[in-house]
Formats: sequence, structure tokens, C-alpha cells
Amino acid sequence: MDAIALEGVWKYFGDYPALRNVNFRLAPRECLALIGRNGAGKTTLLRILGGFSRPAKGAVHINGGSPRETATRRTIGIIGHGISVYDELSAIENLRLFGKMYGLSDVEAQGNQLLERVGLGRVKEGLVREFSRGMRQRLAIARAFIHEPTVLLLDEPFTSLDDRAIAVLQSLLAEAAGRGASIVMSTHQLREAMELATQVVLLERGQIVFDGPRTEEMITDPGWVYSHYGDKG
Amino acid sequence: MLDQILTITLKDLRSEFRGKEAINASLSFSVVVLLIFSFAIDLSAVEPETFAGGLLWVVYAFAGVLIFNRSFAREIPNDCLDALIAAPIPGPALFIGKTIAAFLLVFGVEMVCLPVYANFYDVRITPVIFPLVGIIAIGTWTMAVVGVFFSLLTVNIRLRELMLPVIFYPILIPALLGAIQITTSLITAGAIGDENQAWVRLLFGCAVIFTALGVSLIDFILVG
Repeated sequence: MDAIALEGVWKYFGDYPALRNVNFRLAPRECLALIGRNGAGKTTLLRILGGFSRPAKGAVHINGGSPRETATRRTIGIIGHGISVYDELSAIENLRLFGKMYGLSDVEAQGNQLLERVGLGRVKEGLVREFSRGMRQRLAIARAFIHEPTVLLLDEPFTSLDDRAIAVLQSLLAEAAGRGASIVMSTHQLREAMELATQVVLLERGQIVFDGPRTEEMITDPGWVYSHYGDKG
Repeated sequence: MLDQILTITLKDLRSEFRGKEAINASLSFSVVVLLIFSFAIDLSAVEPETFAGGLLWVVYAFAGVLIFNRSFAREIPNDCLDALIAAPIPGPALFIGKTIAAFLLVFGVEMVCLPVYANFYDVRITPVIFPLVGIIAIGTWTMAVVGVFFSLLTVNIRLRELMLPVIFYPILIPALLGAIQITTSLITAGAIGDENQAWVRLLFGCAVIFTALGVSLIDFILVG
């Protein structure tokens, strides 16, 4: 069974088709780099995969189920543009909250362990509103990984992260991949993306113009997909 | 499901008590309105009991909006609403959890205002305190269900503080009319009375119908 399968997905904003007949499949344990210029439809596609938005036409399956099914949502981890943690709660309260929502049995232990891992163990009782930007980013990463998701949807995950947060994210991603998680990552940082990816999809004006395995040429020249398949205009 | 409802309720209450934005605004607004009306109305020329229900519910409805507005607006900073939508909580659990939190906050404000009101307007509420609190609770639940639902609908609108009252009050008119009639009757006659049974049914009906509508429609509103 595919970890992710999209069949003929269309999405309109008014009359404008933001996604046009998007089809792709991602096998378990694979990492897909979703690339494309601004406005190509990457975030829209990730929002449909994450169950935030319904496609106008087509079908989306994650681990064989709809993204809106409770059982499916339990398996998805998302890092979006916002950090999605509460400023008025402490670091451990945030993880406790999300752990409970995901039905974890030992929220306290998992939360503490993850906070140590992202370097926030000593300030776990501190309110998020008092945290620096880097600390908030690391907490957001911990929040996304607390339920050990088997499908990770990452929307420009490395953008605006400090180097410590990048290191934390890379190590958690490597661990998740080792566990067998499937990853979809939209990004403009082609070098990092090509190093992690096993499959590459290039979106242009809502359409897939390239879908194939990541090759050695793409590592040597991260712009290879753009130069061979991208819009020259 | 009960666990998830409780998790959402406690999260909202904890967030509100840490910041105290909505509850402080709502409480001070209610007391100020009660104070201004006590100056504006010549209490020696009119019987305060005759407008008791109206005045009380006008204050409660306006004060409630300040709290309902924050119900989903507090999810906007840091894109927390996305995290809630992505979490494996059924939409109805999220809605009921938030409604309970908003209800408790508004009900708390109302309970603080009630003795203030009785004191300013020299209205005797002690003999009817239990049925009065019961009616306030049902009316407040109805307001909370409608307020939280429309708070979600207006959460992405730039002028949401303005839009929420514009759509909230017209929908709430039947329930408010019922609550006002019953409250006035309780304070003036000391009992709900047979002639007000229809208003009681209307108020209960609104509470049940609005709750059912909110629960059944919430998933369509959450996911665009």
C-alpha cells in the first residue's frame, strides 16, 4: 500500500485552478521533495494532504485512508509556516496538550524526552511567550514529532530556522526515516532537499511537470530539474 | 471523546487565565454598563423589576461577545488552528470543548455581575436565586453555542470583532426574548408562571437546536 496516493486532484481558488490534475504516489519509507516556484501550488497541495482543505475533484489517500479520518490523522505530522504552539502555555504544557490530543499513553515521559532532545529540557516549565525565536522553533519541531508520525508533511521546514534548529530537525527526520516514515517536503532549499529526497516532484502553475526518482545529477546540480523540466520563462 | 473535550476546555481556560484579556474586558465592561444605567435611569420614577430581565440580558449578551470573539481568535497567532484541525480530534469534540470553556467564562462573569446588579438597582434576587441561575445558565449555553460557532466563521475576517455581533445578535433574538421574559417574571412575580411556559420551551428548544446545528456543521466549517 502506498503511504500517499493522489489521483486527479484539482483545487480552485475562485475560477483559478491552483492545482490541475495532480497525480503521484509515494511508497512507505520514501522522501519526496516537492519543488516549484512561489505560487506553483506546493502549499495548497500540502494543505490538501494534511486534510486542511478539500480538493474540488480527485482523491487523496494517506496510508489507505482519507486525510480527514481520525485514524489517518493520528499518523500524520505537520510542520507548516506557523509554529503552532501556544504562547500562553509552557513548553511541557504544549507537548502535554498535543500528546493528549493524539491519544499518547505516556505523554509526560515522551514530552520530557523530546524536550531534552531539542535542548529545552531545562526551560520546560517556561512560558513559550518568553522563549527566543530559536527555542520556539525547536518546540514546534518537538510538537510535530511527539506522536511519532509515519507520514511527515513539511512546508519549507528549513526556512528561517537557526542552525541549532536545523540540526535538531535533520536528526529527527533521519530518525523518522529510519523508523520507516514517509516524508513530503516542499522547499526552495534544493541542496538540502536533494540530499534527503528519494523522489522529486516539480510543480508549475498547479501541474506536475516532473515526477521521478532523485538521481546523482540532482545532487551534483540541485537546479538540474529546473533546468531540464522547468519553465524557462 | 470526553477526554478530548476536557483537554480542549482546559486548554482554553488555562490560556485565558494566563492572559486574562477577554475575561477582564468582559467583566469591566459589564460592571461599567450596569453602573452607567444606574445613573441614567431614575430609579425613583420606575420600578426596576419591570426592566430587570431586559437590562440583565443586554449586559450579558454584550459581555459575552467579548469572550466569544476570543474563542477561535486565540488560535490565530502561531497558526494554532491548523494544529487543531490536523490533530485527530473530531470536530464536534473541538466545538463542544470550546463552547464549554466559553460558557464557563461568561457564566463566571455573569455570576459576579448578578449581585452588583441586585445592589445597584435594589432588586431582590435571593428568593429566586436557584431558578434564576438555572435560566441564566441555559441562556448562556445558547449564547455560547452560537457565539463559538460564529467565532469560527469570522475568525479569518479582518473585522471579526465587528462582524461577530452583526451576525450573532439577530440569530440569538428568540433565545434572548425567552430569557428576558422568564427572568423578568422570576424577579417581578417570584416564579416563572404558567403563562411563560412557552418561553421556557423556546429557550430550551433554542439551546438544543443550536447545539445540534453547531455539532453537525462544524466539520464543514473547519475544513475549507
